[in-house]
Amino acid sequence: MDIVRVISKRSFLLGLLFLILVVLVTAPLYTPGYFVVLASSVFMYIILTVSWTIFSGPTGYISLASAAFFGVGIYTSTILGEALPLPIVIGIGGLASFCLALLVGALTLRLRGIYFAIFTFGLVEILLHFILWWEVNITGTTGRVVPTVGNTTVYYAMLVIFVILMLTAYFIRHSKFGLALQSIGDNEEAAAHTGINVTLVKVITFAISAFFMGAAGAIMAKRWTYIDPKIAFNPLLSFMPVLMAIFGGMGQLYGPVIGAAFFTLLKEYLTTTLAKYGLGELYMLIFGIVLVSAILFLPKGLVGLIQKWWGQFRKRTSGEQHAST
Amino acid sequence: MLVTILDVVIAGLLMGGIYALIAVGLSLQYGVARVLNISHGEFIMLGAFITWTLFTVFGINPLVSLAVCGPIIFIIGFILHRTYFNSLRISSPSPAAFEGNSMLAAFGLLFIIQNVAILIWGAGIKSYTYLAFPVNIGGAVFAANRLVTLGFAIAIGVAFYIFLARTRLGKAIRAAAQDPATAGLMGVNINRVLAICFGLGTLLAGLGGSLISMMISIQPTMGLEYTVIALIVVVIGGLGSIPGSFIGGFILGLVGSIVTYIEPGLTMVAYYLLFMLLLLVRPKGILGK
Repeated sequence: MDIVRVISKRSFLLGLLFLILVVLVTAPLYTPGYFVVLASSVFMYIILTVSWTIFSGPTGYISLASAAFFGVGIYTSTILGEALPLPIVIGIGGLASFCLALLVGALTLRLRGIYFAIFTFGLVEILLHFILWWEVNITGTTGRVVPTVGNTTVYYAMLVIFVILMLTAYFIRHSKFGLALQSIGDNEEAAAHTGINVTLVKVITFAISAFFMGAAGAIMAKRWTYIDPKIAFNPLLSFMPVLMAIFGGMGQLYGPVIGAAFFTLLKEYLTTTLAKYGLGELYMLIFGIVLVSAILFLPKGLVGLIQKWWGQFRKRTSGEQHAST
Repeated sequence: MLVTILDVVIAGLLMGGIYALIAVGLSLQYGVARVLNISHGEFIMLGAFITWTLFTVFGINPLVSLAVCGPIIFIIGFILHRTYFNSLRISSPSPAAFEGNSMLAAFGLLFIIQNVAILIWGAGIKSYTYLAFPVNIGGAVFAANRLVTLGFAIAIGVAFYIFLARTRLGKAIRAAAQDPATAGLMGVNINRVLAICFGLGTLLAGLGGSLISMMISIQPTMGLEYTVIALIVVVIGGLGSIPGSFIGGFILGLVGSIVTYIEPGLTMVAYYLLFMLLLLVRPKGILGK
């Protein structure tokens, strides 16, 4: 009886996911052009947040290097320009970030806790200021114009990266590799003693998460059309994934997705609505207040809240069943 | 040539004093209250803007407004810890989890303080002139306000060091830094001491901001840069060490003025390189335990 229920639940979930995918794939055919633009932004934040969670969720290392990996992807795509077909540009953008993450990961293995966070944040700033200096003094021009591709192309590229990322995240979570990551987060020394190659697991995961951030950056550059170091290496993009992941809740795979989607839509809503009343600047303030309340009142994120409500709902319904029999 | 070297060295020391002061505040907040306060720079900004307002609107001498700024910002910090960070501390499952959470909490605070400041003062750059006449030191020429601020920075640092070393409350703070649980058992009111520490951290940031506003122009988004500088200084000097913060502050000030002299665009890059190398070679800092 229980097995049947599990199976049917699973096939129901698979069907639902398939349906969502079909809707997302066909959406540009029947939605206004605005949807594609907005959805690309939502996907961008989802990709950053989910890839951040792949590494930082189970291990507990707070990485603030997201903006660095994203920016490296942007710059790779900017430099390559139209020389190569789009999928290859995206792949190279991801690989560039992957390599940077391997290097950084190998360097920072000794750093724990807050030191790792500070170091990774430094990485963003050092790249930003160095490239800024390079552009001002060596090439003599700040900022570049990127040859654009259509909004729909950007949307589909984001969708493909997103689907691959979710599959990767799922398989990492449900594999021995994921268990190894989890045990590193619980107790790193104990994990090492049970025969896990702690260094390798951490560095590889860090690099995988960087790959997706770089890929997202490479495609996003095509939509932003104008790029300079301050746009590409915006420190805010290091913090947003952390906040979105925590707001969504990292206990489940869909948590960061919900968190990222919620925040991006909130930002979009606030900027457009407040701008109508001439209060555009207020959005950052409201954003901060939402953030602070989320940290205070939703320690396990939206997912925690949903699970709590679901638990209460189940208890109540099963209680009614018992009462009736 | 000699004068140039003197120029560069003195300029470095003058800036180093301020760096040290704001780093002591950050170091205290992390070393005792375990809050890595990303919003530290916002309190510097608040101090700078309160001083600016008092000077331009009420004509109050900036050095006098140190005495006004300090208590206001201390109370803000104290209340923030009492309500916001303390409830986080209680709800966090482990000290390590609290460190992560409190950093993010401080980041949320950064958003709020910065944007409230923009609402009040506008996003533009502000400045005023105070003690700007030139002073000649062995051929090198500086504005008098730089010397005054260095003097105040050192005086505040020394006073603070004596407070920690000699007074009863200072002893309680040091005990809480070493082992909060045991300090609590020995009769130290931990919640109060942690809140005082956080308040003192914001107080030092505010005073630093007041001093900064006398020398350079200010704007509501200036905070993050100073937070980053304070972080670097703290890592150079060693977390929780006040003399370390001063050594680190002067080192960073010197490095900054040397690099600025050679290639101004690379100052921040040099700061970060120094900082990342140090993190890799000696993460505990020069005087860290």
